[in-house]
Amino acid sequence: MALPYDSAPKFADYAHPEKLVTTEWLAEHLGDPGLVVAESDEDVLLYETGHIPGAVKLDWHTELNDPQTRDYVDGAGFARLMSEKGITRDTTLVLYGDRNNWWAAYALWVCTLFGHPDLRLVDGGRAKWIAEGRPLSTEVPQRPPTDYPVVERDDTRVRAFRDQVLAHLGRPLIDVRSPGEYTGELLHMPDYPQEGAVRGGHIPGARNVPWARAAAEDATFRSLKELEAIYAGEVGLRPEDDVVVYCRIGERSSHTWFVLTHLLGYPHVRNYDGSWTEWGNSVRVPITRGENP
Amino acid sequence: MTSVTLPPRLAEIAEDFGALPDRDRLQLLLEFSRELPPLPDRYADHRDLLEQVPECQSPLFLAAEVDGDRTVHLFFDAPPEAPTTRGFAGILHAGLDGLAADEILDTPGEFSSQLGLHDLVSPLRLRGMAAMLARIKRQVREQLASS
Repeated sequence: MALPYDSAPKFADYAHPEKLVTTEWLAEHLGDPGLVVAESDEDVLLYETGHIPGAVKLDWHTELNDPQTRDYVDGAGFARLMSEKGITRDTTLVLYGDRNNWWAAYALWVCTLFGHPDLRLVDGGRAKWIAEGRPLSTEVPQRPPTDYPVVERDDTRVRAFRDQVLAHLGRPLIDVRSPGEYTGELLHMPDYPQEGAVRGGHIPGARNVPWARAAAEDATFRSLKELEAIYAGEVGLRPEDDVVVYCRIGERSSHTWFVLTHLLGYPHVRNYDGSWTEWGNSVRVPITRGENP
Repeated sequence: MTSVTLPPRLAEIAEDFGALPDRDRLQLLLEFSRELPPLPDRYADHRDLLEQVPECQSPLFLAAEVDGDRTVHLFFDAPPEAPTTRGFAGILHAGLDGLAADEILDTPGEFSSQLGLHDLVSPLRLRGMAAMLARIKRQVREQLASS
């Protein structure tokens, strides 16, 4: 019982316009049966200060991660989580969040590992909704638990692991961190192991495209033309390329994964969620320092 | 977990957090973020007098002032769209503002581990709170040395 797609003209240019909704579309469809809106933020308290009416909270730190192993929840854990949030396998799950949808894109990527069929992002996220003066609520909705099926996580299509990245060296890699993290400078901040890695720098061959370049001032995604200018023009990516994206723990790179996969339509993009906190700490993996790939 | 001695108000705050289930701890943190007092005019009009704490994931600025009688006053500035960072600032303000300089310098840097928030808030953020305290102490030390 999927909801109708948003036919906004801007989206029509993208490869997969069905992956986005506008704030207008959402305002119109709030409360529709078959729709669940979920907020996923970098700041774990932001939802509590007020959220889109009826939205549930999806917390990356406490809900999407396995509490012990550095990994995501398994199929049973995901089914339990979706059930608690009142989400069925048929639900149109619309995600939004703070900071250009950074964490919302991460949550969407994790949900993709479980193949949830209808996942969409709100273009512009929380910031745009608020900037337009739309209503917020502090009421936490209680939805009846659902019978979400246990679907095993598929780590083969959109997720990359360290050894796969090692074998990938020489093919396109995008490091979406800030330039300081990319060159390795940021690890030299005194008394503060900010990036949680013992070595600073990047994966050899990786090109640096900070993730937020894909977002406009109002937190919406840049137009197809602008995105092509960055990823195809500057970096030289081609749609048929096998691409791996990474950042510090895989959150910011989920945003770039979304852009490459759903907006530009590149079919072979994987997110390396081990990212720099794994690579920069691993014994005997090669790294590169400085501005050159 | 080994317990370290905290100034009484901060110890009370830690106890309050410890007594609550996870969900309510976030609510308490939210209350602290709401209770963070606004900057007085002399800082609100001169934000350059505040020191930024870049270790926080959201913008956070602070200043510590040491009185003639070695009492410390704390000032924080964080935007409303960063409630977690504001909440940490609110805890520090509620727990430490008005204490003697020595009490602040003796506050253990790792006190945030006693708030029971590490399962709810990412470790990177909790380090932001430790960084705030470290900068407060440094400002206090500098002012004591120059007085």
